[in-house]
Amino acid sequence: MTGLRYVYAVCRPFGTPLQAQLTGIGGAPPALLHHHGLVAVVSTVPAADFSEDALKAHLEDLDWLAATARAHQGVVDALTTVTTPLPLRLATVFRDDSAVRAMIEAREGHFRGLLDRLHGRVEWGVKVYLEPEPAEPAPAPAAKPVSGRDYLRHRRESGRAQEDRWQRAERFARSLHQRLAEHAEEFRWHHPQNSQLSGAPGRNVLNAAYLVPRAHSEEFVELVDRTKDEEAGIRVELTGPWAAYSFSGEGTEENVGEGR
Amino acid sequence: MTTPSRFPEPYGQGSGANLADILERVLDKGVVIAGDIRINLLDIELLTVKLRLIVASVDKAKEMGIDWWESDPALSSRARRDELTRENAELRERLARLEELEPGRAPREAP
Repeated sequence: MTGLRYVYAVCRPFGTPLQAQLTGIGGAPPALLHHHGLVAVVSTVPAADFSEDALKAHLEDLDWLAATARAHQGVVDALTTVTTPLPLRLATVFRDDSAVRAMIEAREGHFRGLLDRLHGRVEWGVKVYLEPEPAEPAPAPAAKPVSGRDYLRHRRESGRAQEDRWQRAERFARSLHQRLAEHAEEFRWHHPQNSQLSGAPGRNVLNAAYLVPRAHSEEFVELVDRTKDEEAGIRVELTGPWAAYSFSGEGTEENVGEGR
Repeated sequence: MTTPSRFPEPYGQGSGANLADILERVLDKGVVIAGDIRINLLDIELLTVKLRLIVASVDKAKEMGIDWWESDPALSSRARRDELTRENAELRERLARLEELEPGRAPREAP
């Protein structure tokens, strides 16, 4: 049976052993590949699943994708409890250990730079939703059709109300973001999530990630918690702590910001 | 589901991370390295993931909270009903505009 090397993350050597029962993709236990003072966290995956063609097909299979994404994230999360990992993007695969070592050598400087910058920091995700309109009075009164003019007036009014709610949500999101950015070293704006994709009710008006020193995370979480009831009809969701996924990419995108 | 032997829910994932949150990060963020197996994740991205959901298992999609196809007329009868509701609303609006143009001819009341 041939196997490929799947790389989850790169980090500095750490003392604490990983949980014995930790499994990665396909149930394989992750191993630590030490090289040049860095560690690649790898596991063996079947070549049959990770050849280009197979991978392309698999990635379109939601069950496979979800399981693989969760396994990837599971390993990265386990690392996050013991060190500061640089999470690699899903499905970074090499032929064998020596190819992984060569990759580490080629990117040593880059990895070290990132690890220095991210050391001891975690990512928190904050999303703001405008809650779905509270039970809109039945769109068409069941009894009999109102006149067209009444209907149009009603539509106009509810359009205005909708506009107000939008503006309020935007104002809230902006002020919340300002406060959070002050308590974060960096932030990234992500695309608002499509509620149909995320399953979260309401309209996502802010989807951001904040890079926060682990030592200040408690304050950050409390800060978010305090805002949760500030505004009726608006929901704030916090996720994390994540490995610093959003701050590990190379890109200097426009949505990049610096906090304090 | 929760058994003592189960690997403890890593970290704060209980605090509301959904599959979309995870996919958003593992597919779209993180360090990009060209491995030996080259695959362009941009080719799939979430949009394709979403589109491919039609063939995915319903349970999995529910877990992700995805039921967007329910509003696609090609895919569900409920959506066809919604389509009718929408069309109905459009017609009402057109009627209202016509009534405003010709106030005299507006039907004042139902018989």
